[in-house]
Amino acid sequence: MTEHKHPNYLGIFWILLTVTVLEVGYSFLKVPRPILIFGLVSLAAFKAVLVALYFMHLKFERKALGVLFASTLILGAILVSVGIGEHLLPRP
Amino acid sequence: MSNHAIAAIAHEHVEPASATGIPHDKMGMWVFLCSEIMFFTGLIGSYIVLRFASPTWPHPGNTLNIWLTALNTFILICSSVTMVLALASVRDGELRKLKLFLSMTLLFGTIFLSIQAYEYRHLLHAGFNPHASLFGSVFYTTTGFHGFHVFCGVICMAFVTGKAFLGKYTPAHHQGVETIGLYWHFVDLVWIILFTIIYLF
Repeated sequence: MTEHKHPNYLGIFWILLTVTVLEVGYSFLKVPRPILIFGLVSLAAFKAVLVALYFMHLKFERKALGVLFASTLILGAILVSVGIGEHLLPRP
Repeated sequence: MSNHAIAAIAHEHVEPASATGIPHDKMGMWVFLCSEIMFFTGLIGSYIVLRFASPTWPHPGNTLNIWLTALNTFILICSSVTMVLALASVRDGELRKLKLFLSMTLLFGTIFLSIQAYEYRHLLHAGFNPHASLFGSVFYTTTGFHGFHVFCGVICMAFVTGKAFLGKYTPAHHQGVETIGLYWHFVDLVWIILFTIIYLF
């Protein structure tokens, strides 16, 4: 890892905590299901990115690790998309 | 040849320079974590596909205790913070803080597992078991595998904490703390996703 000043870990902790509270509160709202799912996934993805960038220090690492991590995420997204697509696309 | 030169050659033989500039054990952990991403993607993908395919799906809030699990999520986030503070402490040479934060991480991990065990016991007692429904099957498989990962993390964390108390880590040599930290944050990251898609949808 390249040398860097420590990020504000406690600040990130408060952001994670606040977003978790928002997430739980949002899940109880009576909103259309697609909007509910989109909102919850967006909040979860935001928290996951914060953990990866600052706690796992991906932001300060060599690009090789970021490429390794991102390529796996892309493969995972393809895997899930194919599964969902099978149910969403019309059957012959 | 002097003893110093022999020692230097021996050290070079044991720890050859990394071609990537990333220590080998850290690189190994990242490769392992990438394989774990695919493992959990398989589980999460199965859950999503099964849920899309099912004409009806029970609302998780009717079966699961959202507030208890939200508390568990908070505890796991706290453990991630203490873990990263442990790493920052050893880098700064504050070895007492290293021991404190590692011990706190170990404690939070144990509390997480205890709450999960309590939750399982409560749910099983209420008749929600792996063969009760498709939801039950997916729920126990996914959260169970995650719990197993936390359990393995706690075991490794106990080992690293023990080494910290024995004074094995210094500001110059603390790769073990960083490596277990990567694993621990990954387990936290996976739980952030699982909590949302299993408990809140």
